[in-house]
Amino acid sequence: MKKLGIREIEEKALLMRREIIRMIHKAQSGHPGSSLSATDILAALFFNEMKHDPKNPSWEDRDRFIFSKGHGVPALYAALALNGYLPVSELMTLRQINSRLQGHPDRRVLPGVEASTGSLGQGLSIGVGHALASRLLHKKFRTYVMLGDGECNEGQVWEAAMFASFHKLDGLSAILDYNKFQLDNSVKVVLDMHPMEEKWRAFGWAVMEINGHNMGEILAAFEWARNVKGSPQMIVAHTVKGKGVSFMEHNNHFHGVPPTDSEFKAAMAELGEPLGHPEEMKK
Amino acid sequence: MTMTQTSKIEKKNGMATRDAYGKALAELGAKNPKIIVIDGDLSKSTKTCFFGEKFPERFFNFGIGEANMIGAASGLAANGFIPVCSSFACFIMCKGYDQMRMAMAYSEMNVKVISSHGGISVGEDGVSQQSIEDFALAVSMPKFVVLNPADEFSTRALVFQSVDQHVGPVYMRTGRPAAPIIYDANQKFEMGKGIKLRDGKDVTIVATGLLVWEALVAHEQLKEKGISASVVDIHTLKPLDQDLIIREAKATGAVVTAEEHSNYGGLGSLVAETLTKHFPVPQEYVAVQDTYAESGKPAELLIKYGLTSKEIVQAAEKVTKRKRL
Repeated sequence: MKKLGIREIEEKALLMRREIIRMIHKAQSGHPGSSLSATDILAALFFNEMKHDPKNPSWEDRDRFIFSKGHGVPALYAALALNGYLPVSELMTLRQINSRLQGHPDRRVLPGVEASTGSLGQGLSIGVGHALASRLLHKKFRTYVMLGDGECNEGQVWEAAMFASFHKLDGLSAILDYNKFQLDNSVKVVLDMHPMEEKWRAFGWAVMEINGHNMGEILAAFEWARNVKGSPQMIVAHTVKGKGVSFMEHNNHFHGVPPTDSEFKAAMAELGEPLGHPEEMKK
Repeated sequence: MTMTQTSKIEKKNGMATRDAYGKALAELGAKNPKIIVIDGDLSKSTKTCFFGEKFPERFFNFGIGEANMIGAASGLAANGFIPVCSSFACFIMCKGYDQMRMAMAYSEMNVKVISSHGGISVGEDGVSQQSIEDFALAVSMPKFVVLNPADEFSTRALVFQSVDQHVGPVYMRTGRPAAPIIYDANQKFEMGKGIKLRDGKDVTIVATGLLVWEALVAHEQLKEKGISASVVDIHTLKPLDQDLIIREAKATGAVVTAEEHSNYGGLGSLVAETLTKHFPVPQEYVAVQDTYAESGKPAELLIKYGLTSKEIVQAAEKVTKRKRL
């Protein structure tokens, strides 16, 4: 894949946000807040950082992306569609019967989805397996795992964290989508894990904190991660749940609730897009 | 009457099935370079240590973290490796269950989980280390193959078949104590095919694991009582050899199942499901009766919790009386 520059990636991120809102509105089901907080990081991975080939999704040397916080999958579907892994029009089948776009990622049916996730806490272990495989096969591919902040409540995350650092899996980068909310409430109310950075450092990881919506910072963090030797890397990305749609930002109502018709119109207006799907409007 | 008077077969203990597993795996490691072995700090007990000594570069001790073991195995399998994960049956099945569901079954990954310390014959360590729920949990996962070999010969054959030849998720249980020898080196085994060990016309004993030996002893004891019992070893609980079970039910008209597992969700339930669907006959269940066991010597536990030839004989007598003439 051709690596895009900052401005171009930001444009792709905007397109992804439109698709996220459109598909969740069409499905009337899904997790807008968690998808939007992850969007800029996914755009950076799929349009710049990762080696991958949409025409050959199972290319052995591709970098791996494990979306551990599986409920944010509309962001992944949008990134995959805009890369050509699936038709953009197919995004409108999200969560519908017979669709490849399952409510949470299903690796069996959609090329480009590396791992079936959605039961939180499992993706980092799967990433550990890929990173070990890269080492055992003497390959250079890297493994990226995106975790949610609420997800880090799960003990398995920390089992994987201690194993990865003990085995010096420097081909493994985790990104924490630290949007400060989980389903029931703010992380501060439910189970505050602050200071997150110190916890990961104590588990032997190289840690960098960034603004997860600043494309320059995101790309710089990935470059930093690629150059860390001898330990896995954690990029703690401070993000905003619902980022990009003003009334969804910091608003946990939109954790798992789709926009109404009027909210959809308002959101799409903010994202600068006509309401119909571009491909449908062509007809 | 006592067992020594009636039992015409001589008991000869072989290796524990866990030892047979460890040896077979180490042997297989030389043949198949894709095998990676993952253990949870119990390799001296699960006997994956044999593989670890021979192939240290393909052996990973994950420490005490079963969930992470299964997840990482899934990632390795996605890259063409054949990961084999081992721990005690209760730990790997209960603490790795969601990971088996998501990252093995749902993900259709070629990962093998081979446990040791199945059943209550674990002995003195007590309930926390024993496993009477693993079959029920394993068989309910789509496409899982579930195995429970009775002796060292069946263990070796099934390790080779399920790890080296079969592609897809597998759960196999092995046991801690020395296992009586049932077979010899010439016996052919096929995953999914039960083995008829004794002919009989009045009742069929369908047994698995350690209870296969008890079934053979029960066969002799029943003969003394004038009851002719056929004996079947079901080493593969899933896919179950339905043809054999239906054939036996038609031939004898009564079934006793015998297993070192809860009476819910294991061999007895699977056999009953087959019978009710295809050829209903009376059935009795020799199993751990909805309770946990305790500490004690393995033989003492099998007696106290009703998993010996005595209970199989009683069940056979009861079930033959229930037959409709």
